[in-house]
Amino acid sequence: MNFSLSRATLIAEADLVGIAGERAVCDRRGVLYFPDLRLLAVSDLHLEKGSSFARRGALIPPYDTGATLLRLQSVIADYQPRIVVSLGDSFHDGGGAERMHLSFRERLEAMMAGRDWFWVAGNHDPEAPADLPGETVRELAIGSLLFRHEPSKMRIEGEISGHLHPCARIVQRGRSVRRRCFAGDGGRMIMPAFGAYTGSLNVLDRAYAGLFRLETLMAYMLGAERIFAISGSMLRPG
Amino acid sequence: MTEQPRLAEQNAAVLLPEPFVRWFGEKGWSPRVHQLELLANAQGGQSVLLIAPTGAGKTLAGFLPSLTELANRPKRKPGQAHPGIHTLYISPLKALAVDIERNLGKPVEEIGLPLTIETRTGDTPSHKRQRQKLAPPDILLTTPEQLALLIASSDARRFFEDLRYVVLDELHSLVTSKRGHLLALGLARLRAFVPGLQTIGLSATVAEPDELRRWLVPQNPPGDMAGLITVAGGAKPDISILDSRERVPWSGHSARYAIPEIYEAIKEHRTTLLFVNTRSQAELLFQELWRANEDSLPIALHHGSLDVGQRRRVEKAMADNALRAIVATSTLDLGIDWGDVDLVVHVGAPKGASRLAQRIGRANHRMDEPSKAILIPANRFEVLECRAALDANYLGAQDTPPLIKGALDVLSQHVLGVACGGPFDADLLFEEVRGAAPYTALERETFDRVVDFVATGGYALKNYERYARIRQNKDGLWRVSHPRVTQQYRLNVGTIVEMPELNIRYVRQGRGMAGRGGPVLGKIEEYFAETLRPGDNFLFAGKVLRFEGIRENECVVSNGAGANIIVPSYAGGKFPLSTYLAEQVRGMLADSDRWKLLPEQVADWLRIQQEKSVLPKRGDLLVETFPRGNRHYMVAYPFEGRLAHQTLGMLLTRRLERAHARPLGFVATDYSLAVWALDDMAALFKARKPSLGQLFDEDMLGDDLEDWLNESWMLKRTFRTCAVIAGLIEKRYPGQEKSGRQVTVSADLIYDVLRSHEPDHILLQATRTDASAGLLDVSRLGEMLSRVRGRIMHKHLDQISPLAVPVMLEIGKESVNGGANDTLLMEAADLVEEAMGRVE
Repeated sequence: MNFSLSRATLIAEADLVGIAGERAVCDRRGVLYFPDLRLLAVSDLHLEKGSSFARRGALIPPYDTGATLLRLQSVIADYQPRIVVSLGDSFHDGGGAERMHLSFRERLEAMMAGRDWFWVAGNHDPEAPADLPGETVRELAIGSLLFRHEPSKMRIEGEISGHLHPCARIVQRGRSVRRRCFAGDGGRMIMPAFGAYTGSLNVLDRAYAGLFRLETLMAYMLGAERIFAISGSMLRPG
Repeated sequence: MTEQPRLAEQNAAVLLPEPFVRWFGEKGWSPRVHQLELLANAQGGQSVLLIAPTGAGKTLAGFLPSLTELANRPKRKPGQAHPGIHTLYISPLKALAVDIERNLGKPVEEIGLPLTIETRTGDTPSHKRQRQKLAPPDILLTTPEQLALLIASSDARRFFEDLRYVVLDELHSLVTSKRGHLLALGLARLRAFVPGLQTIGLSATVAEPDELRRWLVPQNPPGDMAGLITVAGGAKPDISILDSRERVPWSGHSARYAIPEIYEAIKEHRTTLLFVNTRSQAELLFQELWRANEDSLPIALHHGSLDVGQRRRVEKAMADNALRAIVATSTLDLGIDWGDVDLVVHVGAPKGASRLAQRIGRANHRMDEPSKAILIPANRFEVLECRAALDANYLGAQDTPPLIKGALDVLSQHVLGVACGGPFDADLLFEEVRGAAPYTALERETFDRVVDFVATGGYALKNYERYARIRQNKDGLWRVSHPRVTQQYRLNVGTIVEMPELNIRYVRQGRGMAGRGGPVLGKIEEYFAETLRPGDNFLFAGKVLRFEGIRENECVVSNGAGANIIVPSYAGGKFPLSTYLAEQVRGMLADSDRWKLLPEQVADWLRIQQEKSVLPKRGDLLVETFPRGNRHYMVAYPFEGRLAHQTLGMLLTRRLERAHARPLGFVATDYSLAVWALDDMAALFKARKPSLGQLFDEDMLGDDLEDWLNESWMLKRTFRTCAVIAGLIEKRYPGQEKSGRQVTVSADLIYDVLRSHEPDHILLQATRTDASAGLLDVSRLGEMLSRVRGRIMHKHLDQISPLAVPVMLEIGKESVNGGANDTLLMEAADLVEEAMGRVE
């Protein structure tokens, strides 16, 4: 097994972002990895969103859970984390874990095996997911970091959250580019939604009011090959 | 036709009931030949297609069979059940239905006919709808969407059981779209209710009348046709091309050079109708005309993005003859009566000969007087195109688009609608659907997949059985599984899917985003609003507006000013050049004898091209190459319209990329396209790496097309439309936006997931078919590539040729979306790095 080598090639020193003194990688696939803690954070998986819609009559393709798990599997295989924190809204609704197809459940359990897995409670899934291992928590403090689903109104240095599904938009040469992004100001970080059917909300929207120190706000926009760090002053609403 | 008039006149008294004969007499009119002929056919039990120009009394002709039959109807006895609808009239526009109610009501009243006429549109209040269900009018005027809704109700069979006639107005415009597919399916359903139903189609002149004749009658087995009555055009229109004193520009679409001359023409006429091809052109022209309007003539603007109230005011002023000129887009194309127009000015090339004929028909709604029209070409190629269209209109050539096969998303919607109306048997429904002309060739396997899609989404992963919208019961019939399904269907019926739009909300200047409560000026496409920066000025509804920002589903604006004004672009507003006109333009280029019909400056342009380069023969494709700056250019002249050229440009750049020519971009117009590269493409062609023939080989429509398609935004856009029509995702309604992007599932995400997991899904199949026919115009490109095989003429030049100038001037105006949005992100990120050093 050659974890250290694969991790070393993945993480260039320059790609590290500081959050309250901890070093983290904003991975272009939308996960946050803390090499020193060997901790992988992922947010807003919204598993079984497709079937949740289907239940109400919108028969959108049932492949979202499979697609999301496949991508999660690939980042876990790359980083081989010791701890995985799923930052809430892991399932689109309370019945999601129960509805999940057996093959998906098995795939998920295989990923969870051999590591500490935390389900942070979200607004879509306040209860522990049915019949799945892992520990369900309201929030989780590790070192100087605090993991929770919704960003708190009060400023908490080192808070890692999700819930808002941030995206950012720039206009360059008359053309508009919108991408999911990590939004951070050095003190706190809001993670992009990971689920295949999750939409996004611009970081300049009112919902984010007061959350960031605007002068140090950075959007780490997800690109096809890499992350693009864009300063807050270049971002556009909408 | 020669025998018919006498025959028909003799028959007038026989065919028409006495009150009608008297009414015609009182008016000092006599029934027109085609009106009687249609009546005779209908009374003989035949369905009929009437092709006639505007002003030929088409409407009355269409209703005569119904009116005469209703006049002879015995009176209802007390206690007898209220009869159902007798005649259904369907038009593409709500406004047209309202217009007909007025125009038909008059003769009905004067003749003293005991019958009721009512409209039913999206605007009809619900109490009136309910009343119509209980006591149906004799004649119901409605739209295809409303018909779909009526069919989907459980009492449809009872409602329509007395139906005798369906009158379809502006049939030529209905049949070419998905609305036409929905309507054809609805008609098939009506025939299942009432097998003896007769149809009467009213149409402007079309290229293939037989297509419409088949459309009007059941096609299972295929081949039957409705009767045909054709009324020859009235007086020959008086059309001229503006021979400007000014210099006609090389490129562009504004026709700004001609404003003083257009203004003069407006002053010399009573009412002028000015047609343009796109909303942006309408805005620009309107602005320029007012700048020149020293006499403050009442000149108005009308296009589809304007607020409805505003449009209605303009329409009313127009009908009252209170306007001297009106600038309009295709919203005014159809046969509504618009007062006394005595001049039509067509700014920009008409793009199709039939479209030109229909638009000119606007002027002077009386058949016996010649219509007067002036064509204003906006650039030199458009001069050629105008000339070609003008020749065509005199020759009576027609280039209406051919009908396309019935869309599967529309069929899905219909199947669900049928289920909402009551249980159905799949075998019977299949036979019924095949009776609708667009679906004659539908295969059973495809139909079954559509039913499966409607039931559970039709996925290979059978996860949704328990959520099925329709279920097959033990009796073999399919039924809706839950009342909610019917509610959802009713909210989503129809085939018109708008692109996401934002309301334009006006606030007082200086209030910025804090301003509230001003009027809504209209709508603007979201993607345009997204390219604006606060403080940018843009043109809308004839005003210069300052962009303040986006708030929820609104684009907030205030009074603007300044020199750098942006004109919004509207997707889908541009018609491609018709195949017929393209052929004519190529013919004109090749034949120097015809140049003498052209303005001197344009003929000169062609002569110089002849000297400096070459002009292609009629069937040939000319490809020029030349260096310029530190780039190498290739310009090709297929004349196949912008859509086909864009697709071609996309595919050529991919190929040149593989040939290591390092292409940088391309730009396409209706007439030609230019590709530029870092390497010398002429040298590559010479070394046959690849040869020009290989580069333009038809095989580019195989894998290259497939690869590119899958990543194309056009496909995503098309998918969204298909998914909404098929009922996979719901329509967006104003106000829903507030629930926020993160709550709904966007069509793009669904597309991505479906494409990677089930690329052969029926909805993706429907999407690809649509995109090939629509935004990509693949079929036209294919025909062109096969036509020019072995007939490509390469001319290498030291410098740009006169013919290449127009397309070269477009470079930079329209940037090419090569898909690599990451490059833009990179630039933005680099700017930050430049300014602040490496980000930590």
